[in-house]
Amino acid sequence: MNIAFNDETFRDDFTFRNSPQAIRRFPFPFHEDSYMYAVNIEPHVPLARDSAYGTLIDVDEHYVAEMHDRALVLKEDPLRYQALPHMMTAQWDTLELLMEQQAAGYPELFTLTKDGDRWHWINRPLNIDQHFTFGDPATLPCEPLEYITRQAQGDFCLIDQRDGNLWMDAGMVTTQADWSLDFDIGMNFMEWHGPVPLAHQIGVFDRALKFLLNLQQGRPVRRLNWTMTINSRLDTSPENYHKWGPDRATVTPENVGHKVHLRCELQSLWRLPRSNGILFVVRCFLIKMEELVTVPKWGRRFHRVLRDLPPELADYKGLTRYRPTTVAWLARHDDGAPTSAGFFPD
Amino acid sequence: MSINTEMSVRVAAITQVADQVRRLRFERVDGQPLPVFSGGAHIVVSMRDGTILRRNPYSLMSSPADSSGYEISVLAVEKSRGGSAFLHHKLKVGDTLAISQPINLFPIDQRGRKHILMAGGIGITPLMAMMDQLAREDRSFELHYAVRTRSHGAYWRELQARYGARRVHVYCDAEQLFIPTAQILGHQPLRTHLYVCGPAGMIKGVLGTATQLGWPRQNLHSEEFLAPPPGTVFKAVLTRSGKAITVHSHQSILEAVEAAGVEAPYLCRGGACGQCETTVVGCDGALEHHDIFLEPEDKTSGKKIMICVSRISGSEIRLDL
Repeated sequence: MNIAFNDETFRDDFTFRNSPQAIRRFPFPFHEDSYMYAVNIEPHVPLARDSAYGTLIDVDEHYVAEMHDRALVLKEDPLRYQALPHMMTAQWDTLELLMEQQAAGYPELFTLTKDGDRWHWINRPLNIDQHFTFGDPATLPCEPLEYITRQAQGDFCLIDQRDGNLWMDAGMVTTQADWSLDFDIGMNFMEWHGPVPLAHQIGVFDRALKFLLNLQQGRPVRRLNWTMTINSRLDTSPENYHKWGPDRATVTPENVGHKVHLRCELQSLWRLPRSNGILFVVRCFLIKMEELVTVPKWGRRFHRVLRDLPPELADYKGLTRYRPTTVAWLARHDDGAPTSAGFFPD
Repeated sequence: MSINTEMSVRVAAITQVADQVRRLRFERVDGQPLPVFSGGAHIVVSMRDGTILRRNPYSLMSSPADSSGYEISVLAVEKSRGGSAFLHHKLKVGDTLAISQPINLFPIDQRGRKHILMAGGIGITPLMAMMDQLAREDRSFELHYAVRTRSHGAYWRELQARYGARRVHVYCDAEQLFIPTAQILGHQPLRTHLYVCGPAGMIKGVLGTATQLGWPRQNLHSEEFLAPPPGTVFKAVLTRSGKAITVHSHQSILEAVEAAGVEAPYLCRGGACGQCETTVVGCDGALEHHDIFLEPEDKTSGKKIMICVSRISGSEIRLDL
């Protein structure tokens, strides 16, 4: 599969856009016309090749531009990458997993050759050709987790498992929906989920933790999460709130179509073999309202979901200010017709 | 939600390593590499013994980095429920079996500065994989290994040869030598972690001593696989699948459920991991909890049961399965 990589930005002039193919493969997160938290976890197995689920680590037309944006974020704020010292084995686990998945899914873009511990990695879109020794950090230009996550779309958290809990002990986080690795590092599962409203009371996190503690090697799982973003900004971090927070006051009935984005996170969780840790991948997909409504089912459904969202959730996701304007715009694309079940376009 | 990730393996070698201990080596039938794993992990071995499907957990003892084969050791037990006897008396080199992916309920704490390993008898096996990993990562460890007699103890000679007598200490019951637990645990630097694997009495004793000496609970790690204890025959009604089955006296509820063709989740089959937790809809009799997973209040509530090891004394249990 040949991918034509977009020349686009996620800051300043915001030239990000989705091609018609990218719109069709967007992982739309609503399987029905309403939304509430659930432990919506399913096996992470490949689905249709032309969807975001076609490979287990997806690479799409935004790859090169996203990697460039990540480099810019790291240059301004190196703390977006952090790893506690006991996570080195998990770092190597992650490097192997991402290289193997990318090379298997996109052989024309990536090649991995192993000769015992002597590995050779070729990344054609980013013009990288690296010989290194697996297990020896001195043979890479930076730590293995930083090295490979500068070459993979999505945020990556490395979770240590001990004392019957999960601990956020390393990560590369530059495309986040308003949370901070620098703040959360070292926290356990209940602590880093502390701010989420409603879900604690219905036991979502107790059940999810129990499930994840028994996550099995060879059986990754996934779930979808979502929020909304004004302008196509990947880095909506607390550290940069002063840059993107005010954007939320700029939505008008005239600019909803290209300014307001649905932001979907395709999250996958993998048990790591050598460290017994867990890799948590949060892959962010953005789609403009004017792109979303080119799929009539999604336009109808998203109108209904956003209109009927409980106010606590709208507040937590930061949508309150521009929700009425966006709902009014979406209403023009909802003729009231019934929608079919499931995520995919009709 | 069920995806079969079992692997088909061939028995590549069988070695008698000590009185009553056999080592089995498995290699993949399709010639592919086996997944690497972390020290302390186990696999569940599925054995087709005539018409009976047996599934037992065994710790992996081979190097976690070696993907060419997995090795386990099996102790011949006097009152075998079938698995140990099958592996000792029926299994031959070249036979094929199915094994699960590695599962680790007994991992090394990655933050530890020093690791003390204590084994009793066949409990040595997961610690062998741990030592391989610790040695390769150049981390500080010592092993204290209790055996009944020198000829009963598997592997102590090769472990001493490999890691040196300074790191591998052997204590032999028959020579009146016992692990001086209090002496060892009383003088350790902060961030030392302790791993114990062996008979239930030994684990309880060692952990009790460590606690008395003021060790934090987070630094204590142990693993014990419980064989499902026998009991009386009873009936289990599976309310969701609409089946009524008989649980025989030497069978666990989980085994009876599987024999009836109903799928139930499991991981350790030894009462430790919590995966097979099942809701009790009703019970004519008393629940006999044998697991080490449920909290005491869960056990007294009568609403939950770990079907891999626990059973009832009574006539019938109704389960949400």
